[in-house]
Amino acid sequence: MIEIGKFIVGVLIVLGSLLSILTTVGMLRFPDTYTRGHAASKSATLGIMLILIGTALYFWITEGYISGKVILGIVFILMTTPVASHLITRASYNNGVALWKGSVRDDLEKKYKQQKKQ
Amino acid sequence: MSFQILLNVIIALLWMFFQNAWNGLAFSKGYLVGIIILFCLRRFFPTRFYIQKLVAIVYLLLLFLVELLKANYSVLKEVIRPTLKIQPGIFALPLEVEKDWEIMLLANMITLTPGTLVVDISDDNSVLYIHAMHIDDVHEAIDDIKNSFEKAIMEVSR
Repeated sequence: MIEIGKFIVGVLIVLGSLLSILTTVGMLRFPDTYTRGHAASKSATLGIMLILIGTALYFWITEGYISGKVILGIVFILMTTPVASHLITRASYNNGVALWKGSVRDDLEKKYKQQKKQ
Repeated sequence: MSFQILLNVIIALLWMFFQNAWNGLAFSKGYLVGIIILFCLRRFFPTRFYIQKLVAIVYLLLLFLVELLKANYSVLKEVIRPTLKIQPGIFALPLEVEKDWEIMLLANMITLTPGTLVVDISDDNSVLYIHAMHIDDVHEAIDDIKNSFEKAIMEVSR
């Protein structure tokens, strides 16, 4: 029973680490701030969540200790990461960071033009 | 909703007084009895029976987790594709939900769903500006968000 549990924990932690690595690759490959935000906000959240779930499971299986702090950590990561990425992209749009040249559509432009006129 | 939960807890406490048993088991039994009583009396409350709302919240949570997995899969596909084949852009999404917390929840869920990222919200809280990875299927994305998330959130707040 414990061996199966350890196997599951291993799979979770390896998956989480892989996701984190691929997030980093995405950060390097994507062309502009906004597309990088996609990679950072999604894959990083799930990667860290998987690693933390693996940690909590490991201590539960091997030592019978349920760590409340790790579970709280998972919840907080899930709540705060999207807000942080939203704020970063919003701040960069406010400061006039241009979209990638391949971008095809920009509905937000009108709003800021109107604000400038007023 | 909170009033009904409070009532249910009070019924459970009453049950413990009747049994003269002071432990978690008696409380759980009393709580179950309370749920049955509240279900029978549900037409006297101005709001919905609260278990229905609880089910809606759990459904929203599950939807969220499934979408999170899908989002990661779609981002990873873009990351490991040899040639960059994305078509990013910003589109506007008209909102139906009105309360602040509903908009907050919707924005968070959109950020963690496949190929979309919230950039800004209009000043009168009626339009959400979303950055999408593939702009060519915007209408599909709008329909998707409308049908799944907004409906689920409205189901909770109804």
